[in-house]
Amino acid sequence: MIELEKICVDFGGLRAIDHASFKIGAGRITGLIGPNGAGKTTAFNVIAGAIRPSAGRVLLDGKDITSLKPHQRAKAGLARTFQIPHEFGHLSVLENLMASASAPEGENVFNVIFRRGHYESEERQIYETARDTVHLLELDHVIDEKAGNLSGGQKKLVELGRALMRNPKIILLDEIGAGINRTLLSKLADKILMLNRERGLTFCLIEHDLDYVSKLCDHVLVMAQGTLLTEGSVDEVRNDERVIEAYFGGGKYEAQL
Amino acid sequence: MELTGLFFYAVSLLILGGIYAILCLALNVQWGMGGLFNAGIAGFYGVGAYTSAILTTPASSKHLGGFGLPVPLGLIGAAILAGLAGWAVAKICVRLKSDYLAMASIGIAEILRLVIVNESWLTNGSLGLSRIPRPLADLTTGRMGDVVFLGFVWFVVLLVYLAASRLHDSPWGRSLRAIRDNEASAAATGKDVEKFRIQTFVIGCAIMGIGGALSAHYFRFLSPTATDPLLVTFLVWVMLMAGGSGNNRGAILGALTIWTLWSVTEIFTNRLPPEWATRSSFIRMLLVGLLLQVVLQRFRSGLLPEKSPPVKFRKE
Repeated sequence: MIELEKICVDFGGLRAIDHASFKIGAGRITGLIGPNGAGKTTAFNVIAGAIRPSAGRVLLDGKDITSLKPHQRAKAGLARTFQIPHEFGHLSVLENLMASASAPEGENVFNVIFRRGHYESEERQIYETARDTVHLLELDHVIDEKAGNLSGGQKKLVELGRALMRNPKIILLDEIGAGINRTLLSKLADKILMLNRERGLTFCLIEHDLDYVSKLCDHVLVMAQGTLLTEGSVDEVRNDERVIEAYFGGGKYEAQL
Repeated sequence: MELTGLFFYAVSLLILGGIYAILCLALNVQWGMGGLFNAGIAGFYGVGAYTSAILTTPASSKHLGGFGLPVPLGLIGAAILAGLAGWAVAKICVRLKSDYLAMASIGIAEILRLVIVNESWLTNGSLGLSRIPRPLADLTTGRMGDVVFLGFVWFVVLLVYLAASRLHDSPWGRSLRAIRDNEASAAATGKDVEKFRIQTFVIGCAIMGIGGALSAHYFRFLSPTATDPLLVTFLVWVMLMAGGSGNNRGAILGALTIWTLWSVTEIFTNRLPPEWATRSSFIRMLLVGLLLQVVLQRFRSGLLPEKSPPVKFRKE
């Protein structure tokens, strides 16, 4: 479980996150919504360690991880995807996944030059997991393609595949649906639900499409102006006056979210 | 007579081509795999050259040592000291983005060169070091010594190539290439970016040190002019770009091709009218720049482009 405690983030004079506190429950699929500039991606960056908050604490399963670097948080069980795909462009799809696995023996320079036998079995394991993951995401036909040559949607899938490679406890998905066609998107939703049910994976996703959120999430956090506005089920927040106001301003309109 | 002349021309071409191949393989580890823009190759090359020279020359009152050690120990010492210099630089600079690292490394190479020129207790300053021995010098006499040295250089090239291939094909190399392609997402998948970069920089610099050491043993004489950035740093960059950044065989091929072309330009610059002759080195510098432009515009991925290593396992 992830817990944010009174997090503040400042970019120069701009306060992007202002004393935000919320929880992402273990085993759930939590949606994080809010208008543009609400601080959603910044909150993800704070959780993943890419941005150090100016105040507040981040807890993972009750442990304070505020001072850990991104790679240390990944080792602690956190995985994420990026809003704009961050693929390893010159690596094949298979390599993208394999490179994302934990490989303590194969990443040891001494082993690599002098004792290649030492990482053989670890590498075989990684290879098999990567193949299975490629298959799960139905990317088999592009497995040897360089990731840089893929379409935007396929890159998003590679991102998800990379996140799965470390067998994480929690995956943060930043607009995984943006740029993906409807068919693929609904397939992706099925996969996320399946991973949640079968592997007990916790998800938190930023998404603008509320129908998509309602399909996936059992809990929704609404951010506005750098802080948590409200939370609850999709239907609860949909009908919340403050949420409508945050999205459309003024609250005079009978908006259908 | 004509034929033996040609033969020894080819030998000297291949000796220096081999030394450049080593430098190019080193830069390929740093830039091709790691994306680290080291524009200070000459500095680490110089550290290696002077270390090996001081370790292997007979005792002299003009500079530190010499210690009269065998040449292989000189090479190992060169790799260690150049690697240490690389470690110190990496500790400070490796977090810099590529273009800033380039500026920092140019500056550091210049500092190292000035140390070599000015600390004459250590290096005999601009007068240089002489009587640097060749390895396996007892095997032959006269010009055949060059042929033996050619074999020695290419034996080292082979060792460096094998090490570089293992680095490239391994999970270590894969993670390093991932970091090169996208630092943020590599960190998000648990890669300690800084540790990888420091390792990469140190390995590359150590190999550059070996390249420098071999050149000192080849020329048997070493002075600060040997660390000319035109001939070391920039020419090596052209070679790697032409050969194929990210591909070890490309690095060797690029070194041999560009070095041959470079040597051929000497034939033309030697025939320039006398009033131009003094400017020949500047003309060649212009040629290197033009060559780099052509390569970058026309053959961006080089003669042998980077490719992913095949996944293969030994039988159970």
